[in-house]
Amino acid sequence: MILEKTKLALQNLFPASEPNEVPTKEAGEEQDKKIPEEPRQNGVLERNYAVHGYHLDAQVAPDQLLDAITILDEAKYFIESITGVDWIKENQLEVIYDFARYDFDLCRVVIRTRVDRKKPVVPTITGIYAGANWHERETHDFFGIKFEGHPHLIPLLLPEDADYHPLLKDFKA
Amino acid sequence: MNSPIELQPDETFILNVGPQHPATHGVLRVKMEMSGEYIVQAETVIGYIHRMHEKMGEIKTYPQFLMNLSRMDYLGALGYSHGHVLLIEKASAIEVPERAEYIRAITVEMNRIASHLFWFGAFVMDLGGFSPLMYALQDREHILDILERVTGSRLTYCYYRFGGLYNDVDDEFVSATRRFIPRMRKSLKKYHKLVTGNIIFRKRLEGIAPLSQEMCRKYGASSAVARGSGINFDVRKNEPYSVYPEFDFDVPVFHECDSLARYNVRMEEMEQSLRIIEQGLDKLPDGPIMPVKKPKLIKPPAGDYYQAVETARGSFGIRLVSDGGKSPYRLKLRSPTYSNMHLFDEACRGMLITDALAFMGSLDLVIPEIDR
Repeated sequence: MILEKTKLALQNLFPASEPNEVPTKEAGEEQDKKIPEEPRQNGVLERNYAVHGYHLDAQVAPDQLLDAITILDEAKYFIESITGVDWIKENQLEVIYDFARYDFDLCRVVIRTRVDRKKPVVPTITGIYAGANWHERETHDFFGIKFEGHPHLIPLLLPEDADYHPLLKDFKA
Repeated sequence: MNSPIELQPDETFILNVGPQHPATHGVLRVKMEMSGEYIVQAETVIGYIHRMHEKMGEIKTYPQFLMNLSRMDYLGALGYSHGHVLLIEKASAIEVPERAEYIRAITVEMNRIASHLFWFGAFVMDLGGFSPLMYALQDREHILDILERVTGSRLTYCYYRFGGLYNDVDDEFVSATRRFIPRMRKSLKKYHKLVTGNIIFRKRLEGIAPLSQEMCRKYGASSAVARGSGINFDVRKNEPYSVYPEFDFDVPVFHECDSLARYNVRMEEMEQSLRIIEQGLDKLPDGPIMPVKKPKLIKPPAGDYYQAVETARGSFGIRLVSDGGKSPYRLKLRSPTYSNMHLFDEACRGMLITDALAFMGSLDLVIPEIDR
């Protein structure tokens, strides 16, 4: 199963994180309540496909991004899209990379990374997936996220002189 | 007296195609560096009709956004609406009656045929044959009439609702659709006779613009672009949704990787859509078209949801990041032609400009869907 293989390969990116100890029932309930308050730690999660529409959800640090994408490239995933989300309350910008497969071994993988809203810099993945070019330019248009090393980071969908980023939550038209 | 003009063998010039050009089928611009009639490199410029649907998604409530989806791809609008309602239903756990889901599948396939018919006509017109467009539009007109009866519109449908449909189909819809199927089969034969075997047509496409599987993967190509390169990928089969597992249909795959293969895939797909419609009409169950307990306020629980569907143009993905509010926190629309068009720049290097325009036609572009 490609799902297990990809999961293991992605988990290798996080050597420090130990497998979660199974908490006792009471402690587990307490933890469940705490989850919305605590920011999510980097790591790999398996998601319920029937609810979320994807199988693996990996949150990585920006400097781990290229390693994670390389794993997916070697496992023959195709790039579906790249997008951003503005978490203004946490003062962070999230970049989301979607990957899926052409074969019948169904596995959708989501890679996310978070950067500081004031200094949104992520390495480009155009060196691995040439098709990331437009997706990254679009994300730059909408969120102002800089993709370091991108060969041609100019406005794609917005006018060529655009200096605003309309999907930021504090954008005023 | 003018001095004689001497052409340098390695001299190149910049040719600007579009943004207003009949061959680009919309407001699309391609900057090409030419060496004689050969393209050295090209840069596609998009965004001329960008409308920021994703921002509208954040401002409008969930039901208010329903009609935006059909403004993306005006030729195959229902496929996009289908993806949207499936996503919101999945996120807010709304049960859809079986009859509604069957009608959705039937109408989506009707719309797929209409879209492919228009592409067929426009594609052959790009190559210099005018009359097939007229035949194709005549057949397409029948589909539009049938869909107009139930949806109320001919192009930008807003037919699906969260949980079901806006309007039930009647006997007239069923009988008109049944009458349409043999008519369309006859037309397909006519098209093959008129166009597919034509030697000029074949010479323009055979072996032209080969796309490798690796290139498709790196750019995320789908629809006939991937299936013409031997990739057996159709979201309806690979990631079954709605009632598609109930239908017996094939996914046409051609291994030649050229423009003709992409043409063949779409022509074959029309026949497969007819098969789905036929089975859908046979199996169409009775019952309600909306859930008994209609969802009043759509408020999906906080979280991140994704849904992919196979539209006429390929794998359309839609992502919802919800914070539990009345409108989405973030709504991302992944349009298939965006990825298909993206590989044009790399694929057209070294190609004759006439071949490149034929290649562009074989990608089946709808510009509002790229620009969103």
